[in-house]
Amino acid sequence: MTTGYNFAYLNEQTKRMIRRALLKAVAIPGYQVPFASREMPMPYGWGTGGVQVTASILTPEDTLKVIDQGADDTTNAVSIRKFFKRTAEVATTEETAKASIIQTRHRIPEAPLREDQILVFQVPIPEPLRFLEPRETETRKMHALEEYGIMHVKLYEDIARHGHIATSYAYPAKVNGRYVFDPSPIPKFDNPKLDSCAALQLFGAGREKRIYAVPPYTQVKSLDFEDHPFTIQKWDEPCALCGARGTYLDEIILDDRGKRMFVCSDTDHCRKARSGEEAA
Amino acid sequence: MTRPLLAADNITRLYDGRVACERVSFELWPGEVLAVVGESGSGKTTLLKCLSMQVAPTAGRVLYSLRDGRTVALADLSEAERRFLMRTDWGFVHQDPREGLRMGVSAGANVGERLMAVGERHYGRIRGTALDWLARVEIAEDRIDDSPRHYSGGMRQRLQIARNLVTAPRLVFMDEPTGGLDVSVQARLLDLLRGLVRTLGLSVIIVTHDLAVARLLSTRILVMQQGKVIETGLTDQVLEDPQAPYTQLLVSSVLQV
Repeated sequence: MTTGYNFAYLNEQTKRMIRRALLKAVAIPGYQVPFASREMPMPYGWGTGGVQVTASILTPEDTLKVIDQGADDTTNAVSIRKFFKRTAEVATTEETAKASIIQTRHRIPEAPLREDQILVFQVPIPEPLRFLEPRETETRKMHALEEYGIMHVKLYEDIARHGHIATSYAYPAKVNGRYVFDPSPIPKFDNPKLDSCAALQLFGAGREKRIYAVPPYTQVKSLDFEDHPFTIQKWDEPCALCGARGTYLDEIILDDRGKRMFVCSDTDHCRKARSGEEAA
Repeated sequence: MTRPLLAADNITRLYDGRVACERVSFELWPGEVLAVVGESGSGKTTLLKCLSMQVAPTAGRVLYSLRDGRTVALADLSEAERRFLMRTDWGFVHQDPREGLRMGVSAGANVGERLMAVGERHYGRIRGTALDWLARVEIAEDRIDDSPRHYSGGMRQRLQIARNLVTAPRLVFMDEPTGGLDVSVQARLLDLLRGLVRTLGLSVIIVTHDLAVARLLSTRILVMQQGKVIETGLTDQVLEDPQAPYTQLLVSSVLQV
């Protein structure tokens, strides 16, 4: 190897430590397992947690896809992909279906995932109770005793202020009927995809030193009120590029006179839809 | 047959070998309001904390009669049970409302929090109950979505009371509830408290250094000095005819206007 680094940058001891944390996380769905997060050659907030998880589960045969806000070509995605290309020399792809490991920030791909795929999330703040309860000792106790009423206080505040549940990303959900977790800042549009997903979903928070997981086919239920049920975002128009409906759309400002368009945030899905149309 | 709601049995608490309260025993019956009076440092607040299990007594135990009729020693309950008791069957009104309220969320959410903690998941009902309780503590309906940060001291204290009473607790601990308020606001709060205690049939343990508060609210009184109970009895009796020299001093040192 030309880089002089161990395979996938991290040394084997560190990977073993992280794998142990991962096993525990899979065994207790939604529970935040502390781990000894390492300094990575990128700043916190750039996905150091996700990168460490990916590095620990990566094998030379894997095909890696990295997305940031659904796109394969944004700075964060490009730099992490390049990082693993150099340090692990693994194959990379932009196609969801061809990837065996997908590291993601802020989105879940639109295409359904399979059992032989692993989704790795980058998590900034793993503790869903943090904004209401700043003490870590207290939030741990609340998780242990299943005291989650406070989570609804936040949703109550949303409705009282905005008339509806205005939380639109990092929407809290309950895993396997037990732990309430923060599904990282994905839009709540993606929350239903977490539920009974065929792929293993791993979450890594580098700065906060926590790992958690949603095993395949595990129930994930978004919190809500009986009279204000959980809903996902909807758009009036289809994607301006591929014409798809029912995908998560990004608003793109075209000029300073208010012209704008809505396009799929999942670039691979959008590209597939367009080429499929042309072929047909 | 009625039984005492709470019984303190020889409660002693030492801090670093120094006595904070020593061998305090009493029984609190359902519907009774017990005032604990004494000067600063006499161990009132420590006693209250021992009773409400915020600090563990060094010796002695607290017996509590649960809703299901069982009488248990509070120290034997698991932490989960204790916390559940705190949220449902008990209330705790702090002197400083900022300790008892969640200052970052609206008044409505403050009142609704306990309901959500015991599993209420219907927004409309939570809001209805919150409005009802705000009315009961004389807070205007249109202030429900305001943060307690924008409330006056008296309003905060009333909000704290509403937040505690919303789950219909049987026992409320109060630590100098009128402490930081000016006299006219105090009078109004006391009036309100007295009304609520009577209509809801609450049992209350109230710690205060203000004999007027004790006189207005309580049926029975416990006078403490240097960690010991030096006199106890019906409030009117003790205040009209104090026996212990310290109580006599306390009663006579109330300023007359």
